[in-house]
Amino acid sequence: MDRMPKWADVLLIPLINLLIAFALSALVILAIGKDPVVALRTMVQGSFGSTNGLGYTLYYTTNFIFTGLAVAIAFHARLFNIGGEGQAALGGLGVALVCLSIQWPHWLVALPAAMIGGALFGAAWAFIPAYLQAKRGSHIVITTIMFNFIAAALMGYLLVEVIKAPGSMASETSPFPPGASLPTFHEMLAPLGIEFNRNTPANVSFLVALACLLFFWVLVWRTRLGYEIRAFGQSESAAIYAGINPVKITVVAMLISGAFAGLMAINNVMGEAERLILNSVEGAGFIGIAVALMGRSHPVGILLAALLFGFLYQGGAELSLWENIPRELVVVIQALVILLTGALDGMVRGPVEKLFAKRKPA
Amino acid sequence: MSLMKSLLGAAASLALTAGAALAEPALIFDLGGKFDKSFNEAAFGGATRWAEETGNTFREVELQSEAQREQALRRFAEAGLNPIVMAGFSFGSSLETVAPDFPDTKFVIIDMVVDQPNVRSVVFNEHEGSYLVGMMAAKASESGTVGFIGGMDIPLIRKFACGYVQGVKAVNPDATVIQNMTGTTPAAWNDPVKGGELTKAQISQGADVVYAAAGGTGVGVLQTAADEGILSIGVDSNQNYLHPGKVLTSMMKRVDNAVYEAFSAGVDVETGFNVMGLANDGVSVAVDEFNESLISDEMTAAVEEATAKIVAGDITVHDYMSDDSCPVM
Repeated sequence: MDRMPKWADVLLIPLINLLIAFALSALVILAIGKDPVVALRTMVQGSFGSTNGLGYTLYYTTNFIFTGLAVAIAFHARLFNIGGEGQAALGGLGVALVCLSIQWPHWLVALPAAMIGGALFGAAWAFIPAYLQAKRGSHIVITTIMFNFIAAALMGYLLVEVIKAPGSMASETSPFPPGASLPTFHEMLAPLGIEFNRNTPANVSFLVALACLLFFWVLVWRTRLGYEIRAFGQSESAAIYAGINPVKITVVAMLISGAFAGLMAINNVMGEAERLILNSVEGAGFIGIAVALMGRSHPVGILLAALLFGFLYQGGAELSLWENIPRELVVVIQALVILLTGALDGMVRGPVEKLFAKRKPA
Repeated sequence: MSLMKSLLGAAASLALTAGAALAEPALIFDLGGKFDKSFNEAAFGGATRWAEETGNTFREVELQSEAQREQALRRFAEAGLNPIVMAGFSFGSSLETVAPDFPDTKFVIIDMVVDQPNVRSVVFNEHEGSYLVGMMAAKASESGTVGFIGGMDIPLIRKFACGYVQGVKAVNPDATVIQNMTGTTPAAWNDPVKGGELTKAQISQGADVVYAAAGGTGVGVLQTAADEGILSIGVDSNQNYLHPGKVLTSMMKRVDNAVYEAFSAGVDVETGFNVMGLANDGVSVAVDEFNESLISDEMTAAVEEATAKIVAGDITVHDYMSDDSCPVM
């Protein structure tokens, strides 16, 4: 890290990784007999070319910002929380319970309440693995991933047996009351004279996500707690020597992590579906891991990585809609990006570092 | 040069698709995916049959996420595709909001009722078909214990189970029906290994006929049943051929017919409520050369009699989803 200028570390390496990923994807598309240039055009046009596409891109981005932040805060404490999926599902339950509890007069009242509900439920779901890790040494990777399955089973039970809308065939709750409906970009931008497609799911949660990015930065780099989390992550023994309580930091970092994951529900449950459906998270919890890795657990990086995955999701949808490229192949493209930016990061980093070392002998 | 060529090619293909889109029908698959050996694949089969017979083309898309439901509907409707057929009850609430925005487009939804002037809702009486295979299971069983293995635990699958149990009890009121659901997540639709384990567990409890209503998971159920020497019952598509002489029958849900009819009618497809039951071959019991040796004359007679009575209304098979409960379970 010391051998490279910071810009190369944060910008150049992810860019090279991306280029390789796209080149490989182009080969895959060629292999099934489609034109990669057309495919790329469809993806870019479909996700940024119109407010319709942009609305979907930003909707996915919002999801990934929340789950990316969830994974990132745990990373800073050297905890690998791969339970974002389950925590976000439980967050959805919290949001749904809040939204269905009373006839909300206005979304400005409903949103903070729903945020508290989602964050509380998400944090509660993260608490048990955190406690087991802190007190019993049960590895957080194992427990959090197992909690994803427990969450799926719990949600399945609740949505089939307890909170399913009466008479509905699908496993979903009743629609939320109109007072809990969040304004979409169309409604937010219309007073400003900007015409935004009215049918896209992007909503005010995006702004909440941006606020959370700022909050994350302040928390990690400008508060005592953030310092303790980072110190604990860098060296547990040194942190203990400095008087930092490892049990407290493990639990608190995981609670914040779970809360971020749970907050995602204001976007997908409250903002988009406006009711709780089964399997509402759809893998966003796992994408969060890639987002946090690629964004180097920094808010700016997370925002950019989330935007990239939002583009891949929406662009991928356009590919299967118009180019008859099967969705499995879209997953292959997404997987290549994750593989190269996450797992094979060292493959590019090594040579680039050498290059810089040669140019500037220390 | 090559870039220019690609761009021109792109423009040309766009122009082509725009021209062809005028009366092209579209089919949207549910999250289970096109090749699930079951529900979605049946829909695809119907569409393919139509395409082969008429020489026309259709557009299709497999969804990746819930948010894409409304998106796919809108984009296809905006592109002028007509009619737009969607396979799966989960499209209900999306279609409810999209349909009024496109009054000139006809929508066909399978397994769900959406009350809009331009929507054709096709639902199947799975409980009736399951009742018939339940009767056959009870007649074929020597131990008096039969099994049911569902996919994901949702009301629709309980509807299958409830009809099945009613059929079993109608033949043998003392019969035991062991029921298992594979899981509570969509992964339960495609877990043949777990399906096989559940089958073994049911066999150890004495079951000698198992009915799989579990999508791709059913493949494992049928395989294990054949390996262990007991009978199985397939679902949705005719699965008798998978293990000749080992699959008692299949409860066929003719999703393919529903799609085929919608595509054939084209833009003039009749809207409204459409029940596909025993009366109009929407559900049926599969008998072919692979299972005829298993079916006794008495069985055939009983099934035919029950079919006639259900069609005439003399027997009412309770529908689990009408009140979310099952009187026999």
